[in-house]
Amino acid sequence: MSEKNIKQELEDKFTYLKEAVIIQRKGRIFAQVPLDKFDEVFAYAVKQMRFLALSAITGLDRGDGFEVIYHLNQEGKILLNLSVGLSKENPEVKSVTAYCPSADIYERELMDLLGIKVSGLTAGHRYPLTDDWPKGEYPLRKDWKGPVRNREVQNA
Amino acid sequence: MHESGDVRIPIGPQHPALKEPESFLISLRGEKITASSVRLGYNHRGIEKACEERTYTQGLYLIERICGICSHSHSTCFVQAVEEIAGIQVSDRAKYMRTLIAELERIHSHLLWLGVAGHEIGFDTLLMYTWRDREVVMDLLATLTGNRVNYGINTIGGVRRDINSKQKEEVLKAIDILEDRTKYYIDLAKNETTLLKRLQGVGVLSHEDAKKLDAVGPTARASGIERDVRKDDPYAAYAELDFKVISVNSCDVYGRTLVRLGELMESFSLVRQIIRKIPEGPILVKSPRKIPAGQAVSRYEAPRGEDLHYVRANGTEKPDRVKVRAPTLANIQSVSKMLEDRYLADMPIVIAAIDPCFSCTDRLIAIYPDWVMPRAKNAPGTYLNCAGVPLAGKLRGYTPVGNIVAWETIRLKGIAWYKDKGIDFTSLNKRLTKLF
Repeated sequence: MSEKNIKQELEDKFTYLKEAVIIQRKGRIFAQVPLDKFDEVFAYAVKQMRFLALSAITGLDRGDGFEVIYHLNQEGKILLNLSVGLSKENPEVKSVTAYCPSADIYERELMDLLGIKVSGLTAGHRYPLTDDWPKGEYPLRKDWKGPVRNREVQNA
Repeated sequence: MHESGDVRIPIGPQHPALKEPESFLISLRGEKITASSVRLGYNHRGIEKACEERTYTQGLYLIERICGICSHSHSTCFVQAVEEIAGIQVSDRAKYMRTLIAELERIHSHLLWLGVAGHEIGFDTLLMYTWRDREVVMDLLATLTGNRVNYGINTIGGVRRDINSKQKEEVLKAIDILEDRTKYYIDLAKNETTLLKRLQGVGVLSHEDAKKLDAVGPTARASGIERDVRKDDPYAAYAELDFKVISVNSCDVYGRTLVRLGELMESFSLVRQIIRKIPEGPILVKSPRKIPAGQAVSRYEAPRGEDLHYVRANGTEKPDRVKVRAPTLANIQSVSKMLEDRYLADMPIVIAAIDPCFSCTDRLIAIYPDWVMPRAKNAPGTYLNCAGVPLAGKLRGYTPVGNIVAWETIRLKGIAWYKDKGIDFTSLNKRLTKLF
């Protein structure tokens, strides 16, 4: 399936994705998906369009809100980047581990580094910050300016 | 899942069998592993955040230092993304140079892995042999780039050093030697009973599991997944070069060994093709300081598998976001599957077989003051444990409260132990204090 066909199929199936799917170059498709429609688009991409492998999940702080980008690939060839915008006040996404078990570690990274809530994730170790990392500090947020030195050690 | 009746053994974060700090928790029933879990993050250095506060060129040097082995992988992956956003057309010669260093890096990394694998199964002769041979390619990299490890050859818009005809000859000579040696290792892998007995059927990752868990690189290719970014999504000069994707269906550590050995032979052929085909021309085009707003995902087949960088630019000279997904992070999740129902003694080689690079996987360190051992207010000589309970007795013959031993206690115990053996640091300390 070529990039054009993928774009066409997505736009035909989901009318709200008109003009939201961009072919940046060979093998790179970017699509901005509304938050409330994300589940169905993601499920369709994985189940019907066979974007079975998840390369990574990127989270970023846009300033006015957060953005989470799911980098899916089809047989290692075409990369479909589905991005979803989140509000600053209540950033929350649903876990995609049901579709891609490998998403687990990337979702924990979202929780630790950006403070994005991921619902439906099983209990487990945090990643990648230390267990005694202070609560409410998320290094990848734009307003976070480095750790406070000489912070009291919590469990010496 | 860990069950209550099983014996639990923590391995790491500091452990002689691990080359880098990571923590594994293993549940055992007899000698069989019933469950395992991994805690990552001990090497996190905050490189992604640091990149946001540096210019693209400064960030490039930082990115190169994510990993000490596949440094060229990360730097190439990053510059490719930046060049895509800025619309910079890199010259063909620069692309060939990048590919040349990439393949030499793969050779050095795979030889290193073969040695480590030998070491983990108690076959240290193999370690000595491969690491001796690896010096040939390390010297070659030093001749071409000026550095053995962090080559510093990439820059936005091309490469920083050219290759001359004398160097080309050197490369070809070295490749002949290495190919000869690799043929010997392949012969060894196929006939040496130690290797066959120790590696076959160990660390099995089925084709389905490898697919489900998104394994990458030699780990995936040893489970019959023919996936290689160099072929699937060609970058640099790979589209013009001829090579095979090596894959086997044995799904075990032995298969991972064969894949890497096969890839070494492919790399030799690639290096020869590059030397023959490298076009004339400039190695560098001028790049703007400010990169226009945009985003790009760049992929690269590192020695350990697919490396992925996401870069978002905002029109300034600093990136808005740099995301790095190193191959080990994709592969580490399959380790638990490989260990399931296997023997504890297989663990070192199974972990080594994905060729883990935890520095790549994590990317931050927290800065903390020294670990301070609290002392009782009324009696300064009495140390408290972290729960605030005074530690019983004097240090010698000291019995820990519960199972908590504080760092200070360990330090003092160490000093007391040396004193017992007739080594006293007190006088040395006094002399040092006088000096400063």
